[in-house]
Amino acid sequence: MCKIYSYPESLVDTKTHYCAGCGHGIVHKLLAECLDELELREDTILVAPVGCSVLAYNYLKVDGLEAAHGRAPAVATGIKRVNKDKIVISYQGDGDLLAIGTGETIHAANRGENITVIFINNAIYGMTGGQMAPTTMENQVTKTSPYGRDVSDVGYPIRACELINTLENPVYIERCSVHDVKNINRTKKALKKALQYQKDGKGYSFVEVLSMCPTNWGVKPQAGADWVRDVMVPYYPLKLFRDNKEKIND
Amino acid sequence: MDKKILMKGNEAIGEAAILAGCTHYFGYPITPQNEIPAYMSKRLPQIGGCFLQAESEIAAISMVMGASASGARVMTSSSSPGIALKQEGISYMSGAQLPAVVVNMQRGGPGLGNIAGSQGDYFQATRGGGNGDYRTIVFGPGNVQELADYTIKAFELADKYRMVSMILGDGFLGQMAEGFVLPDKVERLPEKPWALNGAKGRAPRTIASLKLKPDELLEQHNLDLKKVYDEVSEKETIFDTYMADDAEVLIVAYGTSSRVCRKAIRVLRESGIKAGMFRPITLWPYPYKDLTDISKGMKKVLAVEMSHGQMVEDVYMSAGRFVDVDFYGRAGGMLPKVETIIEKVKSYV
Repeated sequence: MCKIYSYPESLVDTKTHYCAGCGHGIVHKLLAECLDELELREDTILVAPVGCSVLAYNYLKVDGLEAAHGRAPAVATGIKRVNKDKIVISYQGDGDLLAIGTGETIHAANRGENITVIFINNAIYGMTGGQMAPTTMENQVTKTSPYGRDVSDVGYPIRACELINTLENPVYIERCSVHDVKNINRTKKALKKALQYQKDGKGYSFVEVLSMCPTNWGVKPQAGADWVRDVMVPYYPLKLFRDNKEKIND
Repeated sequence: MDKKILMKGNEAIGEAAILAGCTHYFGYPITPQNEIPAYMSKRLPQIGGCFLQAESEIAAISMVMGASASGARVMTSSSSPGIALKQEGISYMSGAQLPAVVVNMQRGGPGLGNIAGSQGDYFQATRGGGNGDYRTIVFGPGNVQELADYTIKAFELADKYRMVSMILGDGFLGQMAEGFVLPDKVERLPEKPWALNGAKGRAPRTIASLKLKPDELLEQHNLDLKKVYDEVSEKETIFDTYMADDAEVLIVAYGTSSRVCRKAIRVLRESGIKAGMFRPITLWPYPYKDLTDISKGMKKVLAVEMSHGQMVEDVYMSAGRFVDVDFYGRAGGMLPKVETIIEKVKSYV
């Protein structure tokens, strides 16, 4: 008999603090599976951001360091410059990566740090209770955009992959989603490829994952997944932007 | 006798850091400390270390945090407005008990101020400019030799207590060249069993400052930190005196201002006035007890600073309990005047 599925060794068997229908748990599990399959668990240092996933190190059986809000790519840079042969992952949300940490995001990518940045884009600030994020959709109602995001006043949602794709050094850029099984499987492939590239010393990889925040969107879990599909995906196209330094044109 | 070499203060800090085993430096340009990153960018690659110019002071201190958590001896340097930005990372590192050396070559402020030397960041350095209940070990060297020596000491104590150490100099000290003897190379670096290097054959480690349950966790963490700070206060104060043994008037000054005071004391002594100086070298922990003891029986204690009165609060808290304290200071990148100090001291006797 051959065992084809089990609880990932890299995932801590514990209760989660994430809400029902949240995408973080899915991405944590995918990441754990990738670390198992690539046998990287004992070589990985995870940088947790400020946001809902600040407690990511409670769920992944790897060394972890907590960064200040937005600073994860700079902290990851410091770790990698000492631990050159270790796998360093910067796991960040949208407020962290694209608002307070825009500078750190762009410059770590521009230097081509040999790290993997995992960007969870759920179009809202989760941990602080649902404020407008840099990726909040046009007209989306949040705690701090009660009349809907007015793009003439606060600008359009920022597309991270497209921004990073203007830089020369990144080796791998892909946008995925975890709103359905097909896309969850695609996300896993992307995470695995990004980690493999880092292991091979190729350089900076960036995986954006569109994700659900039903609690702060004020919807039920299934409606959250549908909203990603119907509202977010059309604005944030799911695609491979760059692979092994090669720009993908479509 | 060891051979003296000539270097700018900022460069002496850089070479001393290398001798202390510093392998990583992250910084962002700002005057008047630019010789430090320039020196490190030249020297670190020669020893297989890493120099990286960050995109901001905040990014630089965050890189310092990552390198420190990985077990390296690591340094950053800046000047006043840049140090203000680094306070975020200093607070996070203090909460996570990560050691590092931060150099502040102070300039005139507030705001962009000017690029001359100042001592306007004493509060920021010794009271913890960042958020929360933490301390940093702060050295106030008075010449190039001391900049080098206390850079070595700063690394030693940072690692020993898992704290951030700060060299609090100023633009004048950093820019002046003086002869000095290079300190000995530190041969044995301490083990860091807490460092992050991948959980190979052991349980995973997390270094974090977030403690969400205030009743059980954060209060205990604060108590643990306090215990360390109490031990540092007990054991690590350093000070110097100048002609204080028979003095009737005691001047208290540190860093560049102490150099001006030394000159004033020499002149006063020539005219028969018994002036002396107490010079704190650790500004935190401040040598309260020693200053209290030495100042007893003085006619007056005069604090002199390149600010409008910051360290003088520590003088009030020690000497001021028994002796009358006066203050003289100049801010805006200006040096205290020798004549004014002489005039003030003469008025006390």
